[in-house]
Amino acid sequence: MGKNRTLWLLLAVVVLAVVPLLMGGEFGGADGAAAELIEAENPGFVPWANPLWEPPSGEIESLLFALQAAIGAFVIGYVVGRRHERSKTTQKPEGRAVSDAA
Amino acid sequence: MHIMEGYLPASHAIGWYAVSAPFFVAGALKIRKIVAERPEARMTLAASGAFAFVLSALKIPSVTGSCSHPTGTGLGAIIFGPSVMAVLGVIVLLFQALLLAHGGLTTLGANAFSMAIVGPWVAWGIWKLGRGVGLSVAFSVFFAAMLGDLATYVTTALQLALAYPDPASGFIGAAVKFGSIFAFTQVPLAIVEGLLTVIVMDALAGKVPDDQKLRILAGEAR
Repeated sequence: MGKNRTLWLLLAVVVLAVVPLLMGGEFGGADGAAAELIEAENPGFVPWANPLWEPPSGEIESLLFALQAAIGAFVIGYVVGRRHERSKTTQKPEGRAVSDAA
Repeated sequence: MHIMEGYLPASHAIGWYAVSAPFFVAGALKIRKIVAERPEARMTLAASGAFAFVLSALKIPSVTGSCSHPTGTGLGAIIFGPSVMAVLGVIVLLFQALLLAHGGLTTLGANAFSMAIVGPWVAWGIWKLGRGVGLSVAFSVFFAAMLGDLATYVTTALQLALAYPDPASGFIGAAVKFGSIFAFTQVPLAIVEGLLTVIVMDALAGKVPDDQKLRILAGEAR
């Protein structure tokens, strides 16, 4: 069931992300919407601190978001690969199944 | 769930730092202990942090017509207990505050409390509860990650309501308003996070029976 489960779950994830797109909307960020609400209800509100550095453009921002996701995905892929490699080597020469416990 | 830089009054900013700091220290100590005692767990620990890195970078459209992102903190909380995520979550938040102008240094304490503390603790509690009442590993993981994600966003809404109570309806009224921005948007995304956490846990553990996955991932068994 393992392999199929992953496929079905991924399919569900895609549906959950695509259906809202079809329903339409502006798709701004929720963080920004909260900030706008604060500003609307507190006339003259000015944040008392500003980010030390801001991505100079939307392009740079998406670059950094992609970088963040890529770093994470790389590490996960590395760990998954290593574990599969090891479960192969521990299984064969010693004739010991990974699931020998309990 | 990022409260933007400078949007919390200074007293709140300091207060949330004070609340979050002990959790961060406890998490750092726990990570040191895990790494020392179970070297096998280092890989899973790295993957848990990496999962939070990936998921919090993915802004996904929601049925409310706005975008938000999952947090990815449930995975590590389920495997290692909630405390380690205080450290891993803060690393993610720092990356986003410094490089992406998402969240900020003044609001780091508050954002850490919602994403790196409340979310993981709720996820861990639901995981224990799910297993306790006899749910399968997969369902327990799903509900744990989903409700942990949702709890993070509810916490953000409450933090903002505390800082900006409605002039007429007070804290409750403000909580409803901020909640409608964060919590409703988050419902489908929380489900996505639950599903992805099950997928990644399966991939990390490999082909082993469900009930052994956790012990293998936590480095307690081979």
